Amino acid sequence: MKNFGKYLKKAAAVTFTLLLICGVIYPLALTGIGQVLFPKQANGSIVKADGKEVGSEVVGQEFEGDQYFHGRISSVNYNTYTKEEKESGEYTGVASGSFNYGATNEDLKARVENDVKAFKERYKEATGEEFTGEIPADMLTASGSGLDPHISPESAEVQLPIVAAKSGLSEDEVEKIVENNTEHKVLGIFGEEKVNVLKCNLEIKEAMEG
Amino acid sequence: MLQIVVTLAIFMVLVIPMGTYMYHIATKEKTFADPLFNRVDGLIYKVCRINGEGMNWKQYALHLLTTNAVMVFTGYLVLRLQGLLFVNPNGIEAMEPTLSFNTIISFMTNTNLQHYSGESGLSYLSQMLVIIFMMFVSAASGYAACMAFCRGLAGKRKDVGNFYEDMVRITTRILIPVSLIAGLLLIWQGVPQTLAANQTVQTIEGQYQDLAMGPVAALESIKHLGTNGGGFFGANSTTPFENPTVISNIIELLCMMVLPGACVITFGKMTMKRRKEAKKNQVVMSTQKKAIFGNQGRTIFAAMSILFLVGLLICFNAEQAGNPALEAVGLNQDMGSMEGKEMRFGIAQSALFTTTTTSFTTGTVNNMHDTLTPLGGMVPMLHMMLNCVFGGKGVGLMNMVMYVILAVFLCGLMIGRTPEYLGKKIEGKEMKLVALVLIVHPLLILGFSALAVMTGAGMEGITNEGFHGLSQVLYEYASSAANNGSGFEGLADNTVFWNITTGLAMFFGRYIAIIAQLAIAGSLLAKRRVNETVGTLRTDNVIFTVILVVVVYIFAALTFFPALALGPIAEHLVLWMS
Repeated sequence: MKNFGKYLKKAAAVTFTLLLICGVIYPLALTGIGQVLFPKQANGSIVKADGKEVGSEVVGQEFEGDQYFHGRISSVNYNTYTKEEKESGEYTGVASGSFNYGATNEDLKARVENDVKAFKERYKEATGEEFTGEIPADMLTASGSGLDPHISPESAEVQLPIVAAKSGLSEDEVEKIVENNTEHKVLGIFGEEKVNVLKCNLEIKEAMEG
Repeated sequence: MLQIVVTLAIFMVLVIPMGTYMYHIATKEKTFADPLFNRVDGLIYKVCRINGEGMNWKQYALHLLTTNAVMVFTGYLVLRLQGLLFVNPNGIEAMEPTLSFNTIISFMTNTNLQHYSGESGLSYLSQMLVIIFMMFVSAASGYAACMAFCRGLAGKRKDVGNFYEDMVRITTRILIPVSLIAGLLLIWQGVPQTLAANQTVQTIEGQYQDLAMGPVAALESIKHLGTNGGGFFGANSTTPFENPTVISNIIELLCMMVLPGACVITFGKMTMKRRKEAKKNQVVMSTQKKAIFGNQGRTIFAAMSILFLVGLLICFNAEQAGNPALEAVGLNQDMGSMEGKEMRFGIAQSALFTTTTTSFTTGTVNNMHDTLTPLGGMVPMLHMMLNCVFGGKGVGLMNMVMYVILAVFLCGLMIGRTPEYLGKKIEGKEMKLVALVLIVHPLLILGFSALAVMTGAGMEGITNEGFHGLSQVLYEYASSAANNGSGFEGLADNTVFWNITTGLAMFFGRYIAIIAQLAIAGSLLAKRRVNETVGTLRTDNVIFTVILVVVVYIFAALTFFPALALGPIAEHLVLWMS
């Protein structure tokens, strides 16, 4: 028993020393260095428009207007909400994740089926023509985090006629905006070609106002 | 495909110097950073009165357990009291008892199974004092045990080392410095690191958006480096703030791969050193080339790599094939199965991350595993069931050595000789311990899964119908027992039943194995060395690597195939046949 007491004492000493080093000094040191070297990123890469904070460069947002590009399906609605939704308790606070539907889940099939239909209607309503192309996979599948800031260039292309028709910009102008905000593979090898939805929409808004 | 190959190539380049560095730390040889670290460590030794005396395996195990117990108790207190303590800008309340139990066991055992959601369940103080702290010490405990185990097998000294010294050296010389560097790189890529509260912005459409913040980068780097895997946010490394770009993704991948890989190299070097001394006259230049791995380490590294690549190929192809059910309702699947994946990672980086996180038993995810295609989801499950494809924090190496001993034993039976490994006879006592380790793992997974599908409380958690439901249950226990911590997140697992059963699976999965493995090392250490003869089964050639891989697969097939057939394989057939 005496031995055990000795063990315990040593264990406690090591625990508290390491707690201090790993749990306090290390995170505080990293906060300090990070805030000095990369102040923008360390505080969430916030994007401003007209001097007002409108979102983060790396986090996606919910867009409803047809003059804007729409991001991927989100199970948490991108943590975006209206005042009423917050007051009524419909918005319950920050979250992240997906619907977690397995590949054979009937709800997944039903959701995609509905969204395909809805997209085709939206397309017809905006352009007056039937949609005949293929809908790329990323557009109507839910992202893993529910906060994906990107869509594929194919998804942008499919949405382009709708955005052009509703924003009053020409297709060329919109295409230019998409190109400006397309992020390429790193070194031509790593990652995927993708379009940042928030950045596109900020430029569209600017172009519409200008 | 090319990006996968290049990433793995970078891993190979990094793992070799890391393995050498780690070997120097384990054997207390000189390293370039000694002048600084000797001073830091000296201070810590003084404060904690660590004298560096060698321990036998029993003392070592007991010290490990006592220390872990004290840490669990401290962490539990913080979780229960977080609502009253400071550094809590988002006003998070105390955690409920069974969830706290589950969380604390989960982080102490390096599992990082999360039944809570970080953004709403933990204060910043808890993230730092419990989560980040536990990530360091659970990883250090695992590597310490592994070092002791290697010392036992290498048989160069009478004891297996000093537990406290190992803990401190690993933390100060590997984990903290590498975490700082990786953390800074992650901030550069866009991971927040702040103690300010969550931010609310107004969108250009006039709505509001909440952006969850915190000291994310500090957690993110050690999460991967220590093969912990518990995310700051609910969706883990899928969330842009944890993993904003493909570069951050690769940094995280490399962080989680480098130490388990380095462990194998350390093991190879430790066991080789002994041989070198045995034939001192031969080691002039001939070992120069082999010295990277050491023969024994090379066999194990090769076997692990084969298992890893086979899994990766299956996973990548399954995901790339897409989901025929969605194709049928008019969604083009050329891009692959994108449900639950992030655009910036696509199929290649997602499949690589999924296979890596479960092989190296980290448990971090950059896509939602529940939404993987059936076969794509079977690969991570299988690798956790094997629990030896590199494996996390040193434990994977120890598990692989169990299979090595099993393979040696089987071969010994076939050729009618007493099996030997590293010059030590493998006898009844060791085989019983090996069998214990190899049986406890499937017993925990299959036993608890059976319990869950038999009871109402277990069935309530399942959220996908049919075969996928069984996969959800199997995955949860495989992840717990393998101390992985990823999940088929659809499972509604924050209930008393799931909190307690997975807590037990994690606890036994970790400690029974570690104690039995230290016992094996201790027992081998005490044996007299037998000389190698022509009749000795060689464990350092290609044939043995093949035997090892086959033994692992046969063992897995015999234990897990029926369960896998009813889960992912049946689901795959339903998906593609109908």
